[in-house]
Amino acid sequence: MTRTREWVHAWLLLLPAMSLLVLFTHYPTVANLWHSLHSTPRANHPSVWVGLDNYRNLIEDPIFWQALTNNLWYAVGTIPLSIALALLMAIWVNDRIPGRGILRLAYFTPTILPMIAVANIWLFFYTPEYGLLEQVLAWFGSAGHNWLGTRSTALPALMVVAIWKEAGFFMIFYLAALQSMSPQLAEAAAIEGASRAYFFRRVTFPLLMPTTLFVLVNAVINAFRMVDHIVVMTRGGPDNATELLLYYIYEIGFRFWDSSYAAALTMVLLAILGIFALLQFSFLERRTHYQ
Amino acid sequence: MRSLFRMLGRALGFAAIVVAGAAQAQGPIEVPFYFPIAVGGPVPKIIDGYATAFEKENPGIQLKPIYTGSYQESIAKALTAVKSGDPPVTSILLSTDMYTLIDEGAIVPFDDLVKTADDHAWLKSFYPAFMENSQTGGKTWGIPFQRSTVVLYYNKEAFKEAGLDPNRPPATWAEMTANAEKLTRRDASGKVTQWGVQIPSSGFPYWLFQGLAIENGANLMNAAGTEVYYDKPEVVGALQYWVDLVNKYKVHPPGIVEWGTTPKDFFERKVAMMWTTTGNLTNVRANAKFDFGVAMLPAMKQRGSPTGGGNFYIFKKSTPAQREAAFKFIKWVTQPERAAQWGIDTGYVAVRADAWDTPEMKKYVAGFPAAAVARDQLPYAKAELSTHDNQRVTKVLNDALQAALTGSKTPAQALKDAQREADRLLRSYK
Repeated sequence: MTRTREWVHAWLLLLPAMSLLVLFTHYPTVANLWHSLHSTPRANHPSVWVGLDNYRNLIEDPIFWQALTNNLWYAVGTIPLSIALALLMAIWVNDRIPGRGILRLAYFTPTILPMIAVANIWLFFYTPEYGLLEQVLAWFGSAGHNWLGTRSTALPALMVVAIWKEAGFFMIFYLAALQSMSPQLAEAAAIEGASRAYFFRRVTFPLLMPTTLFVLVNAVINAFRMVDHIVVMTRGGPDNATELLLYYIYEIGFRFWDSSYAAALTMVLLAILGIFALLQFSFLERRTHYQ
Repeated sequence: MRSLFRMLGRALGFAAIVVAGAAQAQGPIEVPFYFPIAVGGPVPKIIDGYATAFEKENPGIQLKPIYTGSYQESIAKALTAVKSGDPPVTSILLSTDMYTLIDEGAIVPFDDLVKTADDHAWLKSFYPAFMENSQTGGKTWGIPFQRSTVVLYYNKEAFKEAGLDPNRPPATWAEMTANAEKLTRRDASGKVTQWGVQIPSSGFPYWLFQGLAIENGANLMNAAGTEVYYDKPEVVGALQYWVDLVNKYKVHPPGIVEWGTTPKDFFERKVAMMWTTTGNLTNVRANAKFDFGVAMLPAMKQRGSPTGGGNFYIFKKSTPAQREAAFKFIKWVTQPERAAQWGIDTGYVAVRADAWDTPEMKKYVAGFPAAAVARDQLPYAKAELSTHDNQRVTKVLNDALQAALTGSKTPAQALKDAQREADRLLRSYK
């Protein structure tokens, strides 16, 4: 009797969150899969079952492959750097240094600013001839460069914006973890004569692993999710050099109105993120020490 | 994707029920009206002013202007609303969205609403260049409202410094090249401190490129919107000229030139001549700290520019009374005096010839002759690139232009690839 009641209680408590998840996550996912197997309805052509046609188109679509490759480079370029930078900044502002509060605020500022505003500011940083970056480089006698307007530098230029935006956000998590770490550990290590580098490698870093895992999951998701600055800065150009998967989905869905093809692309994005999440949780979980 | 539409639809539908309920209680005809903003100036205030004045003259009608962001966001919102079953009654959207809106079954032609002799005269009053993007298959689907063309802005002081006549802007490609060579200045180390000319190539390079193509003797598509001519020799020649300005004559900045910062480049004297929309006229007038001139685009085989900007559309899912009310408003707001004032306030080209004969407009042009350049260019203007599956067919060209300008493909190769891809996209519409 009590078991049943507990069981009912548990489900009742789960119900609000569960119904929201089903309504806004699970149902749309399944519906999306269903639509990706149909053709896009047009005024005179209602939607019909096309099986895997949309997925076949996808394999033959060079822009899709370019977007995917770009996105992988984007992830490889932004994730490790922003995490490393976040860790470095967190360790620095965790020390007792003068002006610590202001420094923390300064590092966190990029996170509070809206991405669209940020992108507009960076657009002028990168402006050829008189942009901030060009002015600084001019002191060193460097000739002008069109950062966003050249195929080879456009994507790296956007990666820098993403790293700048993300690092401060991740720093907060590392900072919180560092502050909850017992000072006795450092004292004990100091008595034993361990160097700072050794202490970091053998004590601090392993103890930060849960935070690193959390940050990593977020960083991967963000690498596929953050496209606001692309809308402002390059719109996927020049010649698709900065086309990322989610921006491409937006273009297909809301500019070309090919909602079924966009659904197929969305399934690919979901699959990629799902695989990453599985890998992270299964492999890294084992190497993570929870206190 | 569709589930998203459906969800939005439910939300909008609910809002509509509330709104419709209120409307039934009060009686007046509700006309929701989407409008985008693409230029500087107090556009929402002007539009709200129109709504109030119109309602005062027509007590039975309640006009509801709804600001919907950029053109891109507005078409997205309008089509989402169509798919969820609750579109606005009328909306200003890009003239090039015509085929998309027709293919989606979203809009009705104006022909059924144009009944009296007055109506017919009104329909004939618009500049033919603007009507090209508003009519297809013998029907009128859009009414020109906030329209523009591409013009050349030049820095008169820079012209003087380079020993050029500031009152004689380039009239041909050869003159533009020669002027640009004189206007391009380099410092001791060879770094360019002032470029001769720049044509923006980010976002929608096809629009400015279309000017070059028309000048070289070919437009980019047929009137039915079922064919494009990306790989015609004239079109390839136009792109070759653009690439030559960068690589051969070295008078145009390399790489992709950002649309948004181009006016600023001009104000900062980083470039002496720029191609951009007439819609920037008010902006340039307010921010250029030097004497500037506005000129028609230079000619190769002929003068030419595409038109641009937004039209009024009327949506299918509306009651006959709502359509009549919207039609009444569209007629009201395009009367000569209002078209003139709208042009003066925003920098758009007043869409009908008699608007330029109104006293206010005559006074304005007398004090600021540059405002009339866009009008004088209209006889040479052609329809902006617009086809079925417009956004995709246009993107193909944009990608090709950017590939050629960044040097990853030759103009001929880039346009050949674009033609093949566009043919594939348009196959089903023939």
